[in-house]
Amino acid sequence: MALKVENLSKTFGGLQAVNQVDLEVKKGDIHAVIGPNGAGKSTFFNLISGFHPPTSGKITFNDHDITKMPPNKIAKLGIARTFQTTNLFEDATVLDNVIIGNRLRTKSGLWDAIFRTKREKREEKESLEKAYEALDFVELTELANEPIANISQEQKKRVAFALALATDPELVLLDEPAAGVNPDETEGISALIQKMADSGLTVCLIEHKMSMIMSLADRIMVLNQGKRIAEGTPDEIKNNPVVIEAYLGSDEDESAEVTNL
Amino acid sequence: MAKLLSKRNGLIFVLVVALIMPFIVPNDYILHVLALVCIWSISVYGINIFTGYTGNLSLAHIGFFAIGAYTLGLLTVKAGWNFWLAFLAAGVLSIILGFLVGLISLRTNGHFFAIYTMCVGYIIYLIIDKWDSLTGGVRGLIGIPGPASIGPITFESLTSQYYLLLFFLILTIFITKRIVHSLLGRTFIAIRNSEELAQTIGISTKKNQLLAFVISCFFAAIAGALYASFVRFIGPEIGGIFLGFEMLIYLVIGGLGTLSGPIIGTLLIVFLTQSLQFMQEYKMLLFGPILLIIVIFYPNGIVGAIEGIKRKTRQKRKKSGPNKGYSGIEEVS
Repeated sequence: MALKVENLSKTFGGLQAVNQVDLEVKKGDIHAVIGPNGAGKSTFFNLISGFHPPTSGKITFNDHDITKMPPNKIAKLGIARTFQTTNLFEDATVLDNVIIGNRLRTKSGLWDAIFRTKREKREEKESLEKAYEALDFVELTELANEPIANISQEQKKRVAFALALATDPELVLLDEPAAGVNPDETEGISALIQKMADSGLTVCLIEHKMSMIMSLADRIMVLNQGKRIAEGTPDEIKNNPVVIEAYLGSDEDESAEVTNL
Repeated sequence: MAKLLSKRNGLIFVLVVALIMPFIVPNDYILHVLALVCIWSISVYGINIFTGYTGNLSLAHIGFFAIGAYTLGLLTVKAGWNFWLAFLAAGVLSIILGFLVGLISLRTNGHFFAIYTMCVGYIIYLIIDKWDSLTGGVRGLIGIPGPASIGPITFESLTSQYYLLLFFLILTIFITKRIVHSLLGRTFIAIRNSEELAQTIGISTKKNQLLAFVISCFFAAIAGALYASFVRFIGPEIGGIFLGFEMLIYLVIGGLGTLSGPIIGTLLIVFLTQSLQFMQEYKMLLFGPILLIIVIFYPNGIVGAIEGIKRKTRQKRKKSGPNKGYSGIEEVS
């Protein structure tokens, strides 16, 4: 098991955002987390990546207990994530945005910066290579010197992926990677996620686009009102009456998507 | 390559002008103001490292300027230390105090951080103002010695003092440039861009913010110590919030998070202030609108605006002409 979540709960005041959720993600799998709006999916990711401390429960990653770790340490252990909004530095170039991804594997400090030591030069070179490698993976090499402000939404998503990949992760958490991109581009993003899994990465993703999830995911977990209501292969989920009810009972658009499957 | 050369030539030109200044200025008064510009600039570069590049507003900066000035003043006047030893002590003390203040204040974020540090700055001011027996209170501290001679080099004339201050300014700019263009500088910029994202990619934001804060306090204290030795008299008002905001204005007008912004802003505003001396307090009537216009239309100051124009013309040229495809890392200036 790459990632193991046991009995995870999070309450915000009186709100039970995540309620006793269990999850096991196998190495190399694409594991999707779906559910109606407000089901606690993003909170679930925030708990795994260390942004919120869980109220109770346990998270283990490659046999490390990461339940109470701060985000930066979790990243060092090999969990990367992307956000719904890309958060990139608009004024800087694509390459500049991605280079910093390797920072967690470097040690150069103030001294190295002022005296431009051998270590600084070597690590700068490594970071640059790593960034190009990541850009190559997401097929954006030719845009390396373009400012972020000039590229499309889908390309920004790819840059965010590249940044996550530059941290050299084993597990990637993607929060709605296909939000805000058109259907054609969604296919491209799907192919990219598949490519990540094929290269040995474990992928966990939140997504609303059902057709994408059903063709991409190895396993799916369904959250509703903070609770895990189902977990299984896409086929199992598709025919699960509890899941269908949860979607029908919430948002009309989403229920339409499920029944259309 | 031609562009790089012209940029380098520009730098050399500015440096040469700075070096021959003492021989071309019509009177000592202007040289005196230029020396002060050097001092203010060092301090503004300090603000720039923390506020400009790392993205948090510290209003305690002026307090550290005063700490530097008073450390040097007290150690030389009251304890009779050697000038350079006292100068070093000012730097070391600012690092220690900066570390402690940063450690606590960085537990807050955003506006709260600004408010907290403003309180710290004001406490430093109050200590200086009220601790009469140590600091001389409102009467201030007089008779601070100028920089002691190093071997055959003495710093008695105004010209030599100007060169000393210019040396420290160039050193400050050099260190800033090295930091900004290093992995550490990229880390600072990543934090300014988004603390959340920086954490996700494994950056310890608090640790790096603390480092930037200490560096900024160090520059402030060095500038303060140089100020004390240049003006030879210090009073509690050098730790006052007004001077602190004035330095912040230099930075905002010059360009937050730019390498040449601090010196350009300082130079411009100091000379503007000098030439508007006849307006006395009313000169603020002129500064207010200028500041507003810059903040609204050019949030990255004069340097930021110029760079924006440059970037646009470069893109236009790229789109019309054949793609030159310049490679390598774009400099984060």
